[in-house]
Amino acid sequence: MSIMMLPTRDGYGYGLLELGAANPDVLVLDADLAKSTRSDWFAAKYPERFFDIGISEQDMIGTAAGLALGGKIPFATTYGVFVAGRAWDQIRTTVCYSDLNVKIAGAHGGISAGGDGATHQALEDIALMRVLPNMKVLVPCDAIEAKKATVAAGTVLGPCFLRFAREATPVFTTEGDFFEIGIANILKPGTDATIIAAGPIVYEALLAHEQLAAEGISLRVINMHTIKPLDEAAVVAAARETGAIVTAEEAQLYGGLGGAVAEVLARKCPTPVEMVGIEDSFLECGTPEELAVKYGLTAKDLVRAVKKVLARK
Amino acid sequence: MESMQRLKEFCQDVRADIVRMTSAAGSGHPGGSLSAVEAMTVLYFNVMNHRPQEPGWPERDRFFLSKGHACPVTYSVMARSGYFPVEELLTLRKCGTRLQGHPSCKTLPGIEVSSGSLGQGLSIANGFALSAKIDNKPYRAYCLMGDGELQEGQVWEAIMTAAHYKLDNVCAIVDYNGLQIDGDVESVMGIAPLAQKWTAFNWHVIEADGHNLEQMQAAYAEAAQTKGKPSVIIMKTIKGKGISFMENVAGWHGKAPNQQELQSALAEIYGKENGK
Ligand SMILES: Cc1ncc(C[n+]2csc(CCOP(=O)(O)OP(=O)(O)O)c2C)c(N)n1
Ligand SMILES: [Mg+2]
Repeated sequence: MSIMMLPTRDGYGYGLLELGAANPDVLVLDADLAKSTRSDWFAAKYPERFFDIGISEQDMIGTAAGLALGGKIPFATTYGVFVAGRAWDQIRTTVCYSDLNVKIAGAHGGISAGGDGATHQALEDIALMRVLPNMKVLVPCDAIEAKKATVAAGTVLGPCFLRFAREATPVFTTEGDFFEIGIANILKPGTDATIIAAGPIVYEALLAHEQLAAEGISLRVINMHTIKPLDEAAVVAAARETGAIVTAEEAQLYGGLGGAVAEVLARKCPTPVEMVGIEDSFLECGTPEELAVKYGLTAKDLVRAVKKVLARK
Repeated sequence: MESMQRLKEFCQDVRADIVRMTSAAGSGHPGGSLSAVEAMTVLYFNVMNHRPQEPGWPERDRFFLSKGHACPVTYSVMARSGYFPVEELLTLRKCGTRLQGHPSCKTLPGIEVSSGSLGQGLSIANGFALSAKIDNKPYRAYCLMGDGELQEGQVWEAIMTAAHYKLDNVCAIVDYNGLQIDGDVESVMGIAPLAQKWTAFNWHVIEADGHNLEQMQAAYAEAAQTKGKPSVIIMKTIKGKGISFMENVAGWHGKAPNQQELQSALAEIYGKENGK
């Protein structure tokens, strides 16, 4: 059976179109990457509501803040590395401290910017955004969920960061699937161990589920599309009911989803945890597939991590 | 010192390298590399005091590629001036290569600092130039920037710093090709009038045709002779220069030529006079 492949940035493009039609206050800003981020779809349909700010990410965030003060719902869009990194102080002090209704879209998250190399691979965006009070952090797993996350962000009040990827990845959720910010989706109800994953790597977790099922291991798979506010109840329940946790993300482990899950479990339900993600390093260029293999982000690596955590149970 | 005729031939080879290496990689940035071919060829062959066989030579002039995406042209002039074998160019962007998609000083000797996030290079050039002043050293700092890149606020902060500390050992080069990713610079986010802006910020401004080797050579010499102020060479260029189907087309900013496009590009490069 062949599965449809789409990049999650396409979901952002569709989500913006839906929001644009529903609400005239929705505006989109970009910093000279409109085609890559898919904000150009909105620009083509609603040119009077699209503003290219040029290569000035800090100015873009400040401008978005002012627009929000004027009652607009601005989506400030560019690559995750540049917005979360370059404009962090503007996001912290202007947007989050004042709790403004600014939406921030970070494209080309994780290893999906492959060939561009370390400078363009957003691996710290989740950590950088997660530490900010008032910020919500959404990491959709496929294009359909990316659209829902975009629409949800445009509907909820307050700062949101959305992470999208460049490469086409499997579309495995459906339009009808439940999606609500802050509520984890349990995709498989296993009992022996749990993988908590965010982003396109959730699909790898489903593949790991299949492989482990064949070996008689019952794996729970949680799609943690909202990294902040984290669905702590789902994390704690998984720890209590399965007794072993593996986290999976295309990001630095320090401060990422792995860190977030470990923080909750250390305080509420100490449980063995293994983490799959990037181990405190800058990567290199290569195709996303090559990088996934080299840096251990495939279903095979998840299976290995599950076995490792089971041994610690 | 290479003759103008010899430089012209180098420029042809550099252009060919750019299309060959991006084509082999299947991605990369030909447009803004092609616009800087003459500037980079003159700089590496006739202007900078450096030792390609000894990249860490402490007395060298430093080159900072602020617009890191233009690494294909940088890698090519580095290879052709002797930093590494020309054959290695074809490893661009391959997994495990020293020639990363944006330059990394951790992998390739001769790259002073890793870059790829726009707007940061001039500050670094300033800091290096300041250290040269403190140590009474004669070496200079060169920094290549894009015109779209000038939209970054940090660039203007650095422009102030260089003038404030009278860093006459800094030479900025602006690749004024009029295009960025989303289209014409003036329609995306206007930066004109450029020369007046740098002048108002107390820089010595040199305007040149960035595809004219003699003019570029003279511009670098004028910059080196200018004392008490930093110099900027605002060079008018054509993005994609030398390959007709790439010239002035924003879409060739970050797209690699396919086999057929590569062949017609190579035919054009070696078929007609270039570098003028
Ligand atoms: C901080 C930052 N923002 C955005 C980008 C993405 N980007 C890479 S090149 C580019 C356009 C550069 O245009 P210009 O400076 O005119 O370069 P040139 O035309 O010489 O290629 C953009 C937006 C980046 N590399 N860094
Ligand atoms: Mg340009």
